[in-house]
Amino acid sequence: MFAAMLGEAWHAMGANRLRTFLTMLGMMIGVGAVVLMMAVGEGAQQSIKKSISSMGSNLFIILSGAPSAGGARSATGNSSTLNVNDANAIAELDSISGVAPVTMGGAQAIFAGNNWSTSIIGTIPSYFQVRDWSPAEGYLFTNSDIRSATRVALVGKTVVENLFGDDIDPVGKTIRIKQSPFVIIGVLDGKGQTLDGRDQDDTIIVPLTTAQRKLFGNQVPGSVRQIMAQAVSDKAMPQAEEDINNLLKQRHNIREGSESDFSVRNLTAIANTAAETTKTMSLLLGAIASISLLVGGIGIMNIMLVSVTERTREIGIRMAIGARERDVLLQFLLEAFVISIVGCIVGILIGVGGAALVQHFTGTDTIVTTQSISLAFVVAASVGIFFGFYPARKAARLNPIEALRFQ
Amino acid sequence: MDKVIEVRHLYKDYETAAGPFPVLKDVNLVIKKGDYVAIMGPSGSGKSTFMNILGCLDRPTIGEYMLIGHDVGKLNSNALALLRNQTIGFVFQGFNLLARSSLLDNVSLPLVYAGLNKNMRHEKAKQVLAKVGLSQYFQSRPSQISGGQQQRVAIARALVNNPSLILADEPTGNLDSKTSEEIMALFDNLNNEGITIILVTHENDIAAHARRQVRFLDGKITQDSSQQQTVSLETN
Repeated sequence: MFAAMLGEAWHAMGANRLRTFLTMLGMMIGVGAVVLMMAVGEGAQQSIKKSISSMGSNLFIILSGAPSAGGARSATGNSSTLNVNDANAIAELDSISGVAPVTMGGAQAIFAGNNWSTSIIGTIPSYFQVRDWSPAEGYLFTNSDIRSATRVALVGKTVVENLFGDDIDPVGKTIRIKQSPFVIIGVLDGKGQTLDGRDQDDTIIVPLTTAQRKLFGNQVPGSVRQIMAQAVSDKAMPQAEEDINNLLKQRHNIREGSESDFSVRNLTAIANTAAETTKTMSLLLGAIASISLLVGGIGIMNIMLVSVTERTREIGIRMAIGARERDVLLQFLLEAFVISIVGCIVGILIGVGGAALVQHFTGTDTIVTTQSISLAFVVAASVGIFFGFYPARKAARLNPIEALRFQ
Repeated sequence: MDKVIEVRHLYKDYETAAGPFPVLKDVNLVIKKGDYVAIMGPSGSGKSTFMNILGCLDRPTIGEYMLIGHDVGKLNSNALALLRNQTIGFVFQGFNLLARSSLLDNVSLPLVYAGLNKNMRHEKAKQVLAKVGLSQYFQSRPSQISGGQQQRVAIARALVNNPSLILADEPTGNLDSKTSEEIMALFDNLNNEGITIILVTHENDIAAHARRQVRFLDGKITQDSSQQQTVSLETN
């Protein structure tokens, strides 16, 4: 009986192909939009998550210089108000589990006939712990390298690609940075992009002392551009931020009320804000797409109402020869259901295809999850039943005598 | 017991803006198995309303209608649908076939609601289509055959679920006289096989095919060819 009704629904849809197609089109666009938007949103969220986890967890970055000093505003990180002793003092704080002073600058690296301009980071071994960064090959430098300011370097993936190509193993090779030879002792794991789109793998890391003396000399002795500090836990972040501020104000003799010559940034908070924003964006995209699904559902209801009116006489005939109310209800409900399900399946294909096209042409990551597909499917099916129910009930409640008399 | 239909003191009012309007007033009728009854009367005499009640499409306001032992006035709409499906075969003036379905599917339709599977449906439908002389048109659409043939299909549909009773509402109203005769000959044959037939008609020569004529006027039976005395008693 159910099979017979399904056949009838199919038949009825075939009787007016253009109309059925247009009704389905609403559903296809709605479902396609939902799947596509969710794929774009999910892709954005995943790439944010990747950036956040590549950054290291519970991180602060302390920059030298203030937002403004004596009325004249300068860029943070330009003056040399932080030094290694500040870093050592921060490391003593209970709320802090790791600290890495960092000095950095741009320089050209040369190997054989190749050269590559990249950013050079001078730091200490705890940097790798704080950033949760390990070598893919070779070794990290140690504290004895810091003490003796050895010319060793760790290189990022992007630097390896541009300086060595695919065939040469960089470990053990010597490159030149600002005329000084450096022996490569390791290649770092790929980390990908930061939140602001910077390539973290386009870097060379050398011991802090080497960078200060051999590469970026001529600064205030011991000064560093920034200090990275890791709090012991997520919960300790506010306490750690306060501790760092108090400690540095005390060390730099900054009185209550006057401006600091440093600034502390909570990287994790910034990252979380970015993640929240992306999540809100994808929710918004999904919500807007859902509206078109709703419009598709209303389209189904509209057409089903027309169909019930057109087929009033048919309904009367069916009732006269023994169709019960629920048989008529089922017949029209099934028709609405089939329209929305077929529309939904095509819509899912459109969404998946659209997501692939978006990825191909814009380079934006899109991820179609089974959840989004099953969600679209369930919503579309319920939309079909919900909007099909009223017309179907209207059909089922027709008076057979009046229905038979209908011209 | 061989009473197919027993109607006792049946009244039917229609609700109108001006209050209830009586259409049937104290109708009494017994139809036995194998009867062949023509119901006649002018427009507005209540015969169509009476047919709707006999066909379980409508319920009496007051009174009793027993259809093969079922008290129709007390049944809910599902039970009425079941009764229509199992015991009554309808034949309409305008044929009322489903235009989009093949003749085979049209004839099988009552069996869909009876819950038979596809093979059984088609087998029975083919049998009755053959019986009304349309074996060669199984896959045609109603629009591809003549009016007389369409009415034969409608009769086949009425017969397919082995009804106790066939109700035909002006079955020849849309047909020319020659085709009408053919259709009436078909009814005559069916009645000879023992099927109870009730038909509504305006035309005396069509009514003459029936063995019994019942006339309606102003919501009452004014003449019953088999029970002249009873009717005259009640009208007195």
